[in-house]
Amino acid sequence: MDTGKTNAPLGIKDHVELFQEERYQKSFEAKRAASEMPCEEDVLKVSEWTKTKEYKEKNFAREAAVINPAKACQPLGAVLCSLGFEGTLPFVHGSQGCVAYFRTYFARHFKEPIAAVSSSMTEDAAVFGGLSNMIEGLGNAYALYKPKMIAVSTTCMAEVIGDDLNAFIKNAKEQGAIPEDLPVPFAHTPSFVGSHLTGYDNILKGILQALSEARAKGSPNGKVNIIPGFDTYPANIREVKRMLKAFGIEATILADTSDVVDSPNTGDYHLYPAGTPLEEALDAQNASATLALQRYSTLKTLEWVSQNWAQQKTLALRPIGVKGTDAFMEAISEITGKPIPEELEKERGRLLDAMTDSSAWIHGKRFAIYGDPDLVLGLTSFLMELGAEPAHLLCTNGDKEFTKEAEEMLSSNPFGASGKVYTGKDLWHLRSLLFTEPVDFFIGNAHGKYLQRDTGTPLVRIGFPIFDRHHLHRYPILGYQGALNVLTMVVNTVLDELDRKTDVPGKTDISFDLIR
Amino acid sequence: MRQIAFYGKGGIGKSTTSQNTVVAMAEAGQRVMIVGCDPKADSTRLILHTKMQQTIMSLAAQSGSVDDLELEDVLRVGFQDIKCVESGGPEPGVGCAGRGVITAINFLEENGAYEDLDIVMYDVLGDVVCGGFAMPIREGKAQEIYIVVSGEMMAMYAANNIARGVLKYANSGGVRLGGLICNERQVHREVELIEALAQKLNTQMIHFVPRAKQVQQAELRRMTVIEYSPNHPQADVYRELAKKIENNTKLTIPTPLAMDDLEQLLLDFGLMDDDESIVGLTEEQEKLKAVAS
Repeated sequence: MDTGKTNAPLGIKDHVELFQEERYQKSFEAKRAASEMPCEEDVLKVSEWTKTKEYKEKNFAREAAVINPAKACQPLGAVLCSLGFEGTLPFVHGSQGCVAYFRTYFARHFKEPIAAVSSSMTEDAAVFGGLSNMIEGLGNAYALYKPKMIAVSTTCMAEVIGDDLNAFIKNAKEQGAIPEDLPVPFAHTPSFVGSHLTGYDNILKGILQALSEARAKGSPNGKVNIIPGFDTYPANIREVKRMLKAFGIEATILADTSDVVDSPNTGDYHLYPAGTPLEEALDAQNASATLALQRYSTLKTLEWVSQNWAQQKTLALRPIGVKGTDAFMEAISEITGKPIPEELEKERGRLLDAMTDSSAWIHGKRFAIYGDPDLVLGLTSFLMELGAEPAHLLCTNGDKEFTKEAEEMLSSNPFGASGKVYTGKDLWHLRSLLFTEPVDFFIGNAHGKYLQRDTGTPLVRIGFPIFDRHHLHRYPILGYQGALNVLTMVVNTVLDELDRKTDVPGKTDISFDLIR
Repeated sequence: MRQIAFYGKGGIGKSTTSQNTVVAMAEAGQRVMIVGCDPKADSTRLILHTKMQQTIMSLAAQSGSVDDLELEDVLRVGFQDIKCVESGGPEPGVGCAGRGVITAINFLEENGAYEDLDIVMYDVLGDVVCGGFAMPIREGKAQEIYIVVSGEMMAMYAANNIARGVLKYANSGGVRLGGLICNERQVHREVELIEALAQKLNTQMIHFVPRAKQVQQAELRRMTVIEYSPNHPQADVYRELAKKIENNTKLTIPTPLAMDDLEQLLLDFGLMDDDESIVGLTEEQEKLKAVAS
């Protein structure tokens, strides 16, 4: 049906309406008939069957296929981390397509251009090794983009054939493709191992290693290093900086992506808009402590720091929710000897007040959550503080350690008693769970919208990537302010759903209340 | 901790030599690990008295990934408390053996297999054939390479190729050639020949291992000579090799030969004929030619 609604003066129709027109509908129907698609009735039958317990059993017995895993690959994590240093060009040794994927993935989430290059390996490089791609690639990248540092990670192709980055980069320097003193940290980041978190961890360790080799240890600078981990909320990093400023503490953010992936529009394009100043990063070894705000994306880096910057305290915290942020405040206060600022204590009080206001609506609500291990743990802990009951915790890239930590957290809290932890599982598994053991809402990234469509469970979008809603990454989810944002999203999702359930006039609208 | 790799043409006696050598090292009080980098997984047979069944790759194939493996699953302790690991790999004709070596060595590193050791010995399949088989000589791995060779032409070709591989890594890293180990094949003037090759490669013939029936006798029992017959003179040959490696200071960047130079060397020692006039002639044609002249 032609609605006749046009976008004057060009007459371009919105595709939502366009494809509902009769001519398109007819064409789709003809296509379905021509390709012998099963009839609607059969599709419906199978669709109903996928909602059953019987199907869930089959789904969980699945071995050979992964359907929509909630994780990305190693070099993607490495690229994000590399972007967080001043003048640093992420260089991925491998095929072009992989890097195009990283760039679009980030660009779609941050709505921001993302700079990353590849060594453009093709079939002949797979046969002869990628040495010449690396040398030419580094040479070109340096000549064209004039970076202060090039951070090299790898795609599967280079890893499968066993290219040796260390030797290749030395060769490139010896042959004069790039200057001898240009820092070129590297990490082997095969995607068939681990996830984007492993890649983030590997390259950060590589960068810190390269930078501390570039300069000898100096005298203590009294600063604190903060490692955000694989954090796709630039507002989180800004929030942490704000909290530390309130303490009066000088901090070095190791991989400060905040102003790179969320830079102001000044009318000019900057290839390297911001990032941790290299001078500060070089001095990071002289800090008094290194705190990571995620545990599972910083395991190797923290271990390296504790071995090589031995005078430093190292600690992995998770400043999400009241408990998590309290622990962060106490740790900062203990390390620096400074009291917790009144300003932040007031924020905490306001958060508690807000939690009390919303408690009646969240208490006892069952929820599911999926995402990266630290996000799942942090948010679940906060949701239990709000009185919600976790039912399914799904973490595709969670390991045994995570399972242990999650199960301990659930069993030590009365709200967590019926919660179950699933690692290595994907969103198709979660789909079964949402049918067989339904929840009131679930938390996850944009991919969750398909589960919302299929199961009718409302989705709270927290995680990465979020392609289909705008600006969420511009609001923190860390600290007391972040907790307030999470609370706002959760309670309003619950209330939206309540409105939807009570909006039939004369039937259910007895509960369609103005005041909630 | 010293890390050493033995390379050489297939069938040259690499695994026998490396296992006897590490046993001699362990006997002298060193804490040793041997890492077999060969899909055949026979680099530790003489130390364990059996073919290692639990190779890293076979277990990884069973469980779907190396992520779930534990070090205890793949590490066996054999004679003289020598720690034994085999990378394992695919069946002939499928998959990628080199990748297996990379995965295996990464696994060992990630899981702390390199702790509390004095010597790590890599026994590496055949030639340096791909990036995977060069894994043991990357930075932070074996920095000393020994090539097992004999006076046979193909073994020397292979040795020269391996030296080319080592050179690639030597330029950018610390890997050095420690010497050639000559496993006697009873070729005419074998010692002189290998010494000449060593000189051209800018290295040494670190040891000459004479052929001895005792080695086969021990192998039949899946044992090293040192374990089977500790007092046999052949056992002392390996002890001597172990000592020479321990005290070796001649670690060099190799100077591989061009094909022509290698052929010239073989010509000089009579392993090749330099009569160009017979090239490409069948027996029949040769006869006709002889009649004509």
